Amino acid sequence: MMQGHTSLLLVVLPLIFAPITAVLPRGRLTWLATMAVTSICAVLAGMQLMMVIDGGVISYELGGWAPPWGIEYRIDSLNAFMALIVAIIAAVTLPYALLSVEKEIPERQVPLFYSAFLLCFTGLLGITQTGDIFNLFVFLEISSLSSYALISLGRRRQALTSAYQYLIMGTIGATFFLIGVGLIYSETGTLNMMDLAARLPGVADLRTTQTGFAFIMIGFALKLALFPLHLWLPNAYAYAPSVITVFLAATATKVALYVMLRVLYTIFPEGVVAATPTGDLFILSGMFGIISASVYAVYQANVKRLLAYSSVAQIGYMALGIGLGSATSVMASIVHLFNHALMKGALFMAVGALIYRIGSSRVENIRGLGRQMPWTFGAIIIGGLSLIGVPGTAGFISKWYLVLAALEQQIWLVVAVILAGSLIAVVYVGKVIEALYYKPPVEDNISVKEAPMLLLLPTWALVLANVYFGLDTGLSVGMAEHAVETLGIIAK
Amino acid sequence: MTHNLILRVVSKSLIPLIILFALYVQFHGDFGPGGGFQAGVIMSAGIILYALVFGLDAAEQVIQPPLLRILASIGVVIYAGVGIVSLFFGGNYLNYSVLADNQVAGQHLGILLVELGVGITVFSVMLIIYFSFAGRSRP
Repeated sequence: MMQGHTSLLLVVLPLIFAPITAVLPRGRLTWLATMAVTSICAVLAGMQLMMVIDGGVISYELGGWAPPWGIEYRIDSLNAFMALIVAIIAAVTLPYALLSVEKEIPERQVPLFYSAFLLCFTGLLGITQTGDIFNLFVFLEISSLSSYALISLGRRRQALTSAYQYLIMGTIGATFFLIGVGLIYSETGTLNMMDLAARLPGVADLRTTQTGFAFIMIGFALKLALFPLHLWLPNAYAYAPSVITVFLAATATKVALYVMLRVLYTIFPEGVVAATPTGDLFILSGMFGIISASVYAVYQANVKRLLAYSSVAQIGYMALGIGLGSATSVMASIVHLFNHALMKGALFMAVGALIYRIGSSRVENIRGLGRQMPWTFGAIIIGGLSLIGVPGTAGFISKWYLVLAALEQQIWLVVAVILAGSLIAVVYVGKVIEALYYKPPVEDNISVKEAPMLLLLPTWALVLANVYFGLDTGLSVGMAEHAVETLGIIAK
Repeated sequence: MTHNLILRVVSKSLIPLIILFALYVQFHGDFGPGGGFQAGVIMSAGIILYALVFGLDAAEQVIQPPLLRILASIGVVIYAGVGIVSLFFGGNYLNYSVLADNQVAGQHLGILLVELGVGITVFSVMLIIYFSFAGRSRP
């Protein structure tokens, strides 16, 4: 019983505090409340993960209605790991948020900002916790709607158009997902994931089921920003407030990838997926995504946009892992999901520190700042090395496993693409470092000092995590192996 | 809108009925068609009618916008709070059966409170949306 309550409070605590934060008086109290909630949730997520490892799957019946009629929260090692990633990232982002938000958001809107942040947090955690596919849609909408609002709060006017663009694309994605769920519901009469898994083999050959599957996949490919459905992502990340870019880049697409894994391996039987060209499409889109988004990244004039394009490329790596479909490759995907959250979190935080000082992240404006802001510069270097995949950083581990998986199946083209992607990453990370260190400083920036401690500490916490998980893979790879076992993927 | 006598008289007599009907839909929702969402929309329609006929300033004196923001939050807290209360009575989240001595009364009380929360939030959010759009044309 107590086990279930932990899983439940993880979702309900931020849900209750979201409206409370909205009416709290202006000032730092709203930040404090949000900080407390995210820290408690991080602890709860850690406890939940321990319980799943010790005692197996946790099942919680909402309202006391037994599944498949009632909504069930069903936590196995994959969700528990995902929830931990989301909660930890939120808890690390919040100390960073205090100063960054005071600088970037008008004081009048700060309580509503934190309220929307908590709602987004609720939605993302809810997606990871629930075992009911319609409930998942509801949480998807909670997180999406609040993230549209959060992105539109960016300081530049382009934030409004990019939030609108994301709203249109995101809504199409969510609608496709809902249509897919509806079609599958019409064939099976159930929405509970485990019940679906039991009933779908019987109706797997029907055209309706297969259409439903396609709708769900396309819908979440849009939310995941899988190439070529990524067009909303660069603008949304570039113009959102710094804190939101950090949080969404490190969590939102990761949660979408989790849903993909869940749909492919838990809900649909092996046969349906194998009969469709899903795997090949993932590989194809992954390879094109890695190359084209990396090349785009090289030509960006804004560092935030550059990193956003790099995110699209990194999603390509994860898609490759799903596409190859072996135990090693899916594990590599999950590890990369975790590592990418760490590296992009660290990089976007460091760029946010630059924005905090000079109010811009354009390459020509940040010239020479590396000498004046050594700690921020150091974070960008180590984060960048991790993004490239240099041994000793987290990025190396996941790319290593991915290459290993491709070698297992002897698909040389994939190996070549992964290595080429890393080489192009050297170019775009090099471009940022060149501007920061080797160019003479802009005159306006001569008096710029290092970013405040409150911004540097969370940034460096993530930077050090990048190094730690590059050396000790016990948690990341261990959890991913556990999760792959739970999903029941057999080695090809 | 100073001379629309008919509009003023008719809406003055209609608004109390609209609000009464909203309350009926709210509290009779567990026996007949209706519930918190519909009740909230009907109730806010009453206020919006008032704002259309008597002007935005008059409507904002009836219900002040800062109050609406608090009401919108209270509604959500009521809903989520009922779930938490059932945790304290030893049930699962939102299990209303434990709220009263017998299960039927518990379910009844639970859904009534939850729908009340929905009603308050929907009512105030509808008005917040209306006020923020209608208020844009102000100097």
